[in-house]
Amino acid sequence: MDLRVEFAGLVLKNPIITASGTFGFGLEFANFGDLKRLGGIVVKGLSLKPREGNSMPRIVETPCGMLNAIGIQNPGVEAFVRDKLPLLPWRETAIIANLYACSAQEFGELTGVLAGEEGVAALEVNVSCPNVQSGGAAFGQDPTQIRKVTEEVKKRSGGKPVIVKLSPNVTDIGLCARAAQEGGADAVSLINTLLGMAVDIRSRKPRLANVVGGLSGPAIKPVALRCVYQASRAVTIPVIGIGGIGSAEDALEFILVGASAVQVGTANFLRPDQAFRIVDDLPRTMLKARCEDFASLRGSLVVS
Amino acid sequence: MVRNCREVKVRELRFLGAWDQPSDFVELTLENPGWDGYRPGQFAMLRPKHWGLELSWGRPFSISRADETSVTFFFQVVGRGTERLARLKPDDEVIIWGPLGNGFSAPPETPTLLLAGGMGIAPFRGYIEKHPTPEFLRLVFAHRAGLDSYPFQQLVGSVRAETVHEKSPDDLPMIIERLQDEVRGAHGGIVLACGPLPFLKTIQQAAREHQVRAELSLERSMACGVGACLGCVCKNGQDKHVQVCAHGPVFKSDDVHF
Ligand SMILES: Cc1cc2nc3c(=O)[nH]c(=O)nc-3n(C[C@H](O)[C@H](O)[C@H](O)COP(=O)(O)OP(=O)(O)OC[C@H]3O[C@@H](n4cnc5c(N)ncnc54)[C@H](O)[C@@H]3O)c2cc1C
Ligand SMILES: Cc1cc2nc3c(=O)[nH]c(=O)nc-3n(C[C@H](O)[C@H](O)[C@H](O)COP(=O)(O)O)c2cc1C
Ligand code: FES
Repeated sequence: MDLRVEFAGLVLKNPIITASGTFGFGLEFANFGDLKRLGGIVVKGLSLKPREGNSMPRIVETPCGMLNAIGIQNPGVEAFVRDKLPLLPWRETAIIANLYACSAQEFGELTGVLAGEEGVAALEVNVSCPNVQSGGAAFGQDPTQIRKVTEEVKKRSGGKPVIVKLSPNVTDIGLCARAAQEGGADAVSLINTLLGMAVDIRSRKPRLANVVGGLSGPAIKPVALRCVYQASRAVTIPVIGIGGIGSAEDALEFILVGASAVQVGTANFLRPDQAFRIVDDLPRTMLKARCEDFASLRGSLVVS
Repeated sequence: MVRNCREVKVRELRFLGAWDQPSDFVELTLENPGWDGYRPGQFAMLRPKHWGLELSWGRPFSISRADETSVTFFFQVVGRGTERLARLKPDDEVIIWGPLGNGFSAPPETPTLLLAGGMGIAPFRGYIEKHPTPEFLRLVFAHRAGLDSYPFQQLVGSVRAETVHEKSPDDLPMIIERLQDEVRGAHGGIVLACGPLPFLKTIQQAAREHQVRAELSLERSMACGVGACLGCVCKNGQDKHVQVCAHGPVFKSDDVHF
């Protein structure tokens, strides 16, 4: 069975990509599966300068999910290019850099560092930083800002596909997807985490030092599926589905509502070989769904 | 060293403690997942195969001992994961990934003081078994529950061991003083410690004061166990965040900033 998918100038062996922040730099998982078998790997969020991230505690397990407030701890884009990228099987598997910055200009500079790197297949833009200049709301909540940041990254991307990663913490996800498309994005990926919170009644303290954090895992899958469905109908560029995907069946559900590929995040914590197992399960699950190829499944949802 | 993720069967689950009381202390023995060895102080992540999606993470436990055919863990029931683990039955399947982390130093012919607080005794069982010169080891075990709740009897005989029982919170100053004395007395050798945070802090402070070489085993909530999620960090000597699962769980005492 042909598992390949092609979109936004990318050719992937299969539609299973690991999600940013849940799969490290990929190398952490090399003992548990052959990285070359994955459709792609999105690495941990990268910033121009190294970041220490938030204080502890940073993660809490919640029913069917988790909250995180890592704060994009990362060694900086240059250390990634120097120390991690050369060790990754980038000729065989798409390595996608995830960009984190807090101004359009900074996004531009970050893009400049990665644009010439042969090992980077595409750029995924994380627009969840609070934008201090425009009152503290995240870029991702303001369609105008999404467009501006997308334009800036696209301008300096050296022809690499630009994927804009959308936040679900908005009233109209279609509007945000369209803003990315208008800014020149080659694809959108969604969803990033939902803003959430957990508290301890005994200590009367929040369970995260950051007080609030991002909810992920199976708990958010219905929200993610709805967002992907709506975004797919709002834009003509490809959509990558993310949110609570933990099985091949979940992956097919997202493709059914319009996704061209999917990302597996929190499910990597169920067991470190989970993403590889999902790839293994795809052919069988496709047969069960009487689906011959992804192209015919994509967006074929029957709504009467 | 082989590090893998496997599904293995439960061989035995044994409740420790007084025979007539329900026990929260469990010794869990699994089939060996094909490891070619491990370093005492390393840990593994466990997740029973039948767990549903309501629990998102595996659970980290120190490897208490291992041989060619089995691996043994020792845990206390404290929450929803350990409650479920305590209900395992022989032949149930458990997903296990490891061995993870770095482990304790084991310098031969060096006076080595093992300081265990409560469940912190778990890794020392294998440590003592595997040590090249066990006659240089001495264990001091501070505990709250009855001694028979811990794998302590198995250690006595093979190594010099003493216990300190914390019967009530009033005993705490006495225990702190004892730990300080023990660390001071270990000058010239090495101290290895595993236990709750206040216990480790006391030892770190004493080790610094008396310039004693010490290693501390840290605990954090963990999602991945392999250094990927950055959820388990501590601050190192340079005040930088490092993953406890990948850079630890054992740290040189001077290399942790609490
Ligand atoms: C490297 C390492 C080795 C460990 N070895 C052992 C061992 O040999 N025996 C043993 O009994 N326990 C050990 N622990 C602690 C054990 O992992 C936790 O007790 C367990 O994960 C709790 O799971 P739970 O679902 O029952 O509790 P939860 O419902 O998740 O939490 C119950 C309580 O325990 C706290 N807690 C949760 N996870 C941890 C954790 N990883 N460390 C410390 N506190 C935690 C929570 O904050 C909460 O207060 C180890 C932890 C680490 C990181
Ligand atoms: C621990 C953790 C760290 C994350 N770090 C990042 C990050 O650095 N950049 C980013 O764009 N998304 C990050 N995410 C979001 C995920 O990539 C993903 O969008 C989200 O978790 C939803 O998917 P899931 O339910 O499959 O996990 C992180 C998620 C988790 C759980
Ligand atoms: S538990 Fe994920 S980095 Fe340590």
